[in-house]
Amino acid sequence: MRARRPLPAWAEIVLLPLVNIALAFITVGIIVRIIGVDPLHALELLVVGAFGSPESIGYTLYYATNFIFTGLAVSVAFHGGLFNIGGEGQAYIGGLGCGLAVLALDRYLPIWLMIPVGIAAAALFGAAWAAVPAWLQAWRGSHIVITTIMFNFVAAALMVYLMVNVLIAPGSMTPQSRNFEPSAFMPAMGGNALNLSLALALLCCVGVWVFLWHTPWGYALRTMGHNPEAAIYAGTDLRRMTMLGMCLSGALAGLVGVNELMGVHHRIVLDFPAGYGFAGIAVSLMGRNHPLGIVLAAVLFGALQQGGAELSFDIPNITREMVVVIQGLVILFSGALVHLPRPWLQGLFALRRSS
Amino acid sequence: MTAAIELERIDKSFGSVHAVRGVSLAIEKGAITGIIGENGAGKSTLMSILYGLYRADAGEIRVDGRPVRMESPHDAIAHGIGMVHQHFMLIDSFTVLENVVLGAEGGPLLAKGKAAARAELERLERDYGLAVDSDALVAELSVGEQQRVEILKVLFRGARILILDEPSAVLTPQETDQLFRILATLKERGVTIVLITHKLREIMAATDRVYVMRQGQVVAERATPATHPEELAELMVGRKVRLQLDKAPPHPGEVRLKAEHLGLVDRRGVRLLDDIDLELRGGEIVGIAGVSGNGQTELLQVLSGIRPPSTGTLTVCGRTIDAGHPGDPAEMRDLGVAHVPEDRQRQGMVAAFRASETAILGYHEQPQFSRTFLLNLPAVGAHCARLMERFDVRPRVPGLRSSSFSGGNQQKLVLAREMAQQPKVLLVGQPTRGVDIGAIEFIHRELVRSRDAGCAVLVVSVELDEILSLADRILVMFAGKIVGEVAAGADERTLGLMMAGAKTPVLSGAEG
Amino acid sequence: MEDPLALVFLTAAATLRVATPLILCAMGGLFSERSGIIDVGLEGKMLMAAFFSAAIAAVTHSAWWGVAAGIAAAEVMALLHGLACITYRGNQVVSGVALNILASGLTIVWGNAWFHRGGQTPALEGQGERLLPLFFPRAGDSILVYLALLAVPITWWVIARTRFGLRLRAVGEMPLAVDTAGISVSWLRYRAVLLCGLLAGLAGSYIAIAQNAGFTRDMTAGQGFIALAAVIFGKWRPFPALGACLMFGLLDAVAIRLQGVRVAGIEVPVQLIQALPYLLTVFLLAGFIGRAIAPRAIGQPYEKEH
Repeated sequence: MRARRPLPAWAEIVLLPLVNIALAFITVGIIVRIIGVDPLHALELLVVGAFGSPESIGYTLYYATNFIFTGLAVSVAFHGGLFNIGGEGQAYIGGLGCGLAVLALDRYLPIWLMIPVGIAAAALFGAAWAAVPAWLQAWRGSHIVITTIMFNFVAAALMVYLMVNVLIAPGSMTPQSRNFEPSAFMPAMGGNALNLSLALALLCCVGVWVFLWHTPWGYALRTMGHNPEAAIYAGTDLRRMTMLGMCLSGALAGLVGVNELMGVHHRIVLDFPAGYGFAGIAVSLMGRNHPLGIVLAAVLFGALQQGGAELSFDIPNITREMVVVIQGLVILFSGALVHLPRPWLQGLFALRRSS
Repeated sequence: MTAAIELERIDKSFGSVHAVRGVSLAIEKGAITGIIGENGAGKSTLMSILYGLYRADAGEIRVDGRPVRMESPHDAIAHGIGMVHQHFMLIDSFTVLENVVLGAEGGPLLAKGKAAARAELERLERDYGLAVDSDALVAELSVGEQQRVEILKVLFRGARILILDEPSAVLTPQETDQLFRILATLKERGVTIVLITHKLREIMAATDRVYVMRQGQVVAERATPATHPEELAELMVGRKVRLQLDKAPPHPGEVRLKAEHLGLVDRRGVRLLDDIDLELRGGEIVGIAGVSGNGQTELLQVLSGIRPPSTGTLTVCGRTIDAGHPGDPAEMRDLGVAHVPEDRQRQGMVAAFRASETAILGYHEQPQFSRTFLLNLPAVGAHCARLMERFDVRPRVPGLRSSSFSGGNQQKLVLAREMAQQPKVLLVGQPTRGVDIGAIEFIHRELVRSRDAGCAVLVVSVELDEILSLADRILVMFAGKIVGEVAAGADERTLGLMMAGAKTPVLSGAEG
Repeated sequence: MEDPLALVFLTAAATLRVATPLILCAMGGLFSERSGIIDVGLEGKMLMAAFFSAAIAAVTHSAWWGVAAGIAAAEVMALLHGLACITYRGNQVVSGVALNILASGLTIVWGNAWFHRGGQTPALEGQGERLLPLFFPRAGDSILVYLALLAVPITWWVIARTRFGLRLRAVGEMPLAVDTAGISVSWLRYRAVLLCGLLAGLAGSYIAIAQNAGFTRDMTAGQGFIALAAVIFGKWRPFPALGACLMFGLLDAVAIRLQGVRVAGIEVPVQLIQALPYLLTVFLLAGFIGRAIAPRAIGQPYEKEH
């Protein structure tokens, strides 16, 4: 492969990602056609399913909230040059923290105290779950990708154990905790799943934006991510920065627990991270690691989730796992094959320049 | 003379850098030919072309009189040319035998190939005096032994022409002597050898002919017995037109930085810095001359706090730093030491950052730029604009990505950033590398202005004319040591000799 | 109290049954990782192989066609991974994660569209459609179990005693040395990735048509990651990786039996045993139980300088 000349800035930021997504969707279209369904009809149902009614928009935004949290989590770590694949586990343990705080205090605290405490607990526990792999990477050189993957599985095992043996509501058949008191109910926005966690997510977007581009630590983190040698030159302690970046990342992922447990389920349940952690990678990549892009990408993924669910109701041949397929393809094209369209785009620009 | 290799009018450019300009030379069969020159003279590029790593833009290569095309190392190996690189291509976790055999295994199953190789290695070891344990792990060998493995690799593939690129750069003096004994044996057996080096001692001791290269051209060819170090040194550095700076005489003030017996040893025990004594006074420019790779980079790293010294002490504005009490770059900055790094792309700036962000690299936590938790972006922007104005950085757009600026403007920005802090000590590495002429003059004038304002300036550069025009005092580094100090206006021949490792004529003939 | 000999035998058999897909997958992962390509996507390859082997076995009523289809499916995934990592020099972890997610969705979508059973394939019956035990019916020793055990010394032999193995190890340590020796780095890595696909395909086929009688959703249940853990735990060497797989298999096999057992007065939770492979790998990576040194060039896409 010849050395890559970068495309014009607008092409790098907007055109290339769009081409990647387009390729993903074309592939999906092919798969849908193979199954025997008209891709355009499916697309129409998907869009309507996601945005067609206030109720569906509500669900779309509720899903998007989770994607915002995990997308932000991956992006913060990424700005520090760290690959946090542990979003699933951090979300799970964050939810555990939130749930524990609620179970301990919901009978004693009013709602305007309980909710912030729950949020703080979720963030703290999520950060703690990320801190261990971070420490291992920074001080012992253990590859953070592998340790975070392992920690996802440990989190799952831990949660099953706790739910089945410790936290299970007395007399319950399924592993779930007792119901939360209303003081731990995140106020709903619109009647179903959508709740104030969306506002929290948007607040986090602003917070992440401020942190990364308007604080000295965010500056140091980004320096480390671009150029560790320059960071050392600038006097940054790389190990401490690694901890900071990963803990922030874990805290953000942990907030998924707020949306799911305090916002919707109102009790601790199993499996609520449901792939949001991994999808966060796609959201972050598509959103170019910028909070604004992440919001847009999160809404897209939320729409895919909601629209995909509706689609699977309307067309029996397409199951809701189609959403997973689309997610996988988007990650593949936006992440792994991101440079695939480059030769064609470069050729196009060369043509334009010569004409 | 029968020529094993002839190069005719070889030309090679990398973008705007004209690395090799119409070079023609002949390598005599069965002799040892040396190519000597400073950094950037083009010798390594030329040999890389010969070995097929680069393709020449123009010119012809002939092996044994026949024109050949060198498209890859494969072709070179096929023509019997072998290269021993400066950075060994050895796999640490493999044994010597496995490294030698890689790529020439002689069949899909290793057993037969290894047995044959072992026998051949034994023969080579006997014939050429290259004693290495075939089953030793490369990681456990000394550097000298590793180099012998590289030579064995090359001979194993039937090379009759050996190119060695700065072979003694990583060796101790004893290992270097051993190497040259091996080369002498190889020569006796009819192997043709090309030796690329910047060290005069090696040329005089080992070669039969020598080519001197300077700025991409061959400037002289001599039979080694018919020349002497002074002549070669003069040819190497040349009579250049000095960029005459209008400089007032210096007024050295108090000592700001003092290094005593400073030493740096790496994990292998190699002495990167050896007993360095150095004093920097306010109001003077000290220049460090020398061919790159002789410890200058490490010296800057220790002085700026990036690396702690292994031995000795460094005293800066009252704080003493040694191995037990290491400093760090942030602390050094607080003490008033500013550092313009040698490699601005890798250390001095972040290409993806805007100019305004690059303008505060290292100073981002200072109160003028960050209030409590937030960066004071307007102040940062204004600071950058001021820097750009003062140092004429173009385009004057603080919001532009740092990579979009030309090399000269990037360097001016980095220099501006460091000098804006009114440092007590300014460390500058390769101040004009990759910088255009106009910016060079500007940068030089600014460094002198800083000196006149009372700053202690240390300039490390491989460009001798830069040192000659800037420095009030010149120290020459060679093999991690400071081998001499001369005043400004020194004669180039002396400097050339010191840079190439030969002692000055004043000292009695030590081993040199 | 059961006859102790029978107990040992049953436990050993159970261990092997569980360990077989791990061993096959681990050997595949070994080839890929030794060449410098991180493979997080073992899980996805196994899953695709499981689905396609079960589907084709049901349709053709032949287990062997099923195995062939399983291998083919895994190879397609492997090729995609290779394309992304080697030719397009993309991020190897992202590629693996993407392929895992893709596999988990695609197998169900396709399965549902094909067989309309909510993602399952039709149950396989009889010797023709399944790979039934060879010698010990109660032990479940299908031919793939023996193949898995054989795969280990074969893998060791290929890596240690062949030219390909030497070059493979070299390219995982220092691709530059391989390149300057005139050997193609890409072709070596592609072959490694394809070998990985072959073995992961066998592992997936085993799960669907030997260990079980058809494909059910997400049936690999994280075994691809345990195989990866085994590779790391075995310090990227075949026989130690085999040991790790057997250990993990043993843990799984006795997890049920250990339930209720008390150690120092505390009841051992089955989830702890399930989490042990992962915890042990983390301990190893942290350097608390010896050092695990990965192939030096792993995870870094190779760019020619000139």
